[in-house]
Amino acid sequence: MTPLLSVKDVAKHYGNHIGCTDVSFDLYPGEVMGIVGESGSGKSTLLNCLAGHLPSDKGEVIFDTRVDGPKDTLKMSEPERRMLGRTDWAFVHQHARDGLRMGVSAGGNVGERLMAVGARNYADIRSEAVTWLDRVEISEDRVDDRPTTFSGGMQQRLQIARNLVTGPRLVFMDEPTGGLDVSVQARLLDLLRGLVRDLGLSAIIVTHDLAVVRLLADRLMVMKSGRVVETGLTDQVLDDPQHSYTQLLVSSVLQV
Amino acid sequence: MSDYNFAYLDEQTKRMIRRAILKGLAIPGYQVPFASREMPMPYGWGTGGVQVSAATLTPEDTLKVIDQGADDTTNAVSIRKFFEKTAEVGTTTETSAATVIQTRHRIPEEDLSEDQILVYQVPIPEPLRFLEPRETETRKMHALEEYGLMHVKLYEDIAKHGHIATSYAYPVKVEDRYVMDPSPIPKFDNPKMEMSAIQLFGAGREQRIYALPPYTKVVSLDFEDHPFDPSKAPHACALCGAEDSYLDEVITDDKGGRMFVCSDTDYCEKRRAEGHTGDLTKETAA
Repeated sequence: MTPLLSVKDVAKHYGNHIGCTDVSFDLYPGEVMGIVGESGSGKSTLLNCLAGHLPSDKGEVIFDTRVDGPKDTLKMSEPERRMLGRTDWAFVHQHARDGLRMGVSAGGNVGERLMAVGARNYADIRSEAVTWLDRVEISEDRVDDRPTTFSGGMQQRLQIARNLVTGPRLVFMDEPTGGLDVSVQARLLDLLRGLVRDLGLSAIIVTHDLAVVRLLADRLMVMKSGRVVETGLTDQVLDDPQHSYTQLLVSSVLQV
Repeated sequence: MSDYNFAYLDEQTKRMIRRAILKGLAIPGYQVPFASREMPMPYGWGTGGVQVSAATLTPEDTLKVIDQGADDTTNAVSIRKFFEKTAEVGTTTETSAATVIQTRHRIPEEDLSEDQILVYQVPIPEPLRFLEPRETETRKMHALEEYGLMHVKLYEDIAKHGHIATSYAYPVKVEDRYVMDPSPIPKFDNPKMEMSAIQLFGAGREQRIYALPPYTKVVSLDFEDHPFDPSKAPHACALCGAEDSYLDEVITDDKGGRMFVCSDTDYCEKRRAEGHTGDLTKETAA
């Protein structure tokens, strides 16, 4: 099977400082990969490099495109990469405000990606938006309200709907549950797990919350100081951590 | 002999502006940056339009200046006087007699011909400005033809008002390529932009010039199920009775009295001279 995303030796430096280096992995269709590590370990840098938001210094990010087969996204032309960014890829930001247009209604936010790929029928766009709002448990009568009137959890769910509406195959998530309280986190995780399984999405989830990866991720990558220190199946890594940093990470989780 | 160089600007500046105009005409709808000069009038009064007019005028030209369709408002009168003094060109209020027409917010009702140039004063040339505040990003969106966002604005209109409520500065797509802000003309004027005259747009503060060559395809954006509607007030002109012209609403007293008159004063005067009458003129005649 061809991997959906194949990352080879990606590195990003900020001057003399290492952002991330020597990162290689394959992601297969339908697989969810978790990246964990402490603040400043380079996980967000890596995610932004993969999604094309940051230029990487070296390496290859080969994505299995629908039309042309595997292609190096780092060498793609900008229009191609941006097209990918609004069709086959989705990016869920940690802060919903970064991923939403706060001055535009919920329906408009969900519809934007549809209109960006050429939808020109108002009734169709709107019914699609309502369907997606329903899937992320936002009631239909909020479709014309602005995200500013939404709670943090609703904004995050709206952001997810907005990203998934064009049926992407790969979703990048940067701390999707960060900044939400635990009960909202649980609902969001439940929703995400359902969507990922139903739609057969592949996803790369960056988080520092081990509970999130335990629930969502099939495989896990642990990063420290810009390098990958341990990889493996999620349960294997969490239950039997080998690297001293992973052991520290697992033992630092607070028990209630 | 005037102490000004012809049409106020020095020759090098006019050459620079002409180069920008030519580039604009070569790429219809593309916003060409130019080194806008300080003009002896405040920004927002048509500094862009004045510079484009200055670069376009020749001593043989006849200039007409309109502001919201009218020849006799402060802005129009000042700019007309400015060129009378600095370029000593002939001026007129008659649309068909003019070779260069500088306009603010209207296209004349009368059809323009191939030997005429229409110069627009543009406050904000970027149609995506209020949707995407970053200039670097909007330039990229133009370059890559990413115009989904423009429809988000129209979507919001329908969601809020039930119909596309944008009534001026209605975005258009030029030759199936660039999305362009037609300056704040009423959307009633949008279909007229496919015309035989050259149309030049100058934005002084924003330092941009763009242009439409004659007979350029200009399509107003819309949705399949909410098509573009070039609406106007559903009345006839109270002075000349015209039913096909764009109307201004004029409040006549504090008891709710109002009347609708042509915003294009030259068109209205010409019709009245031809003997057309409206509701108001009929009453006074009787």
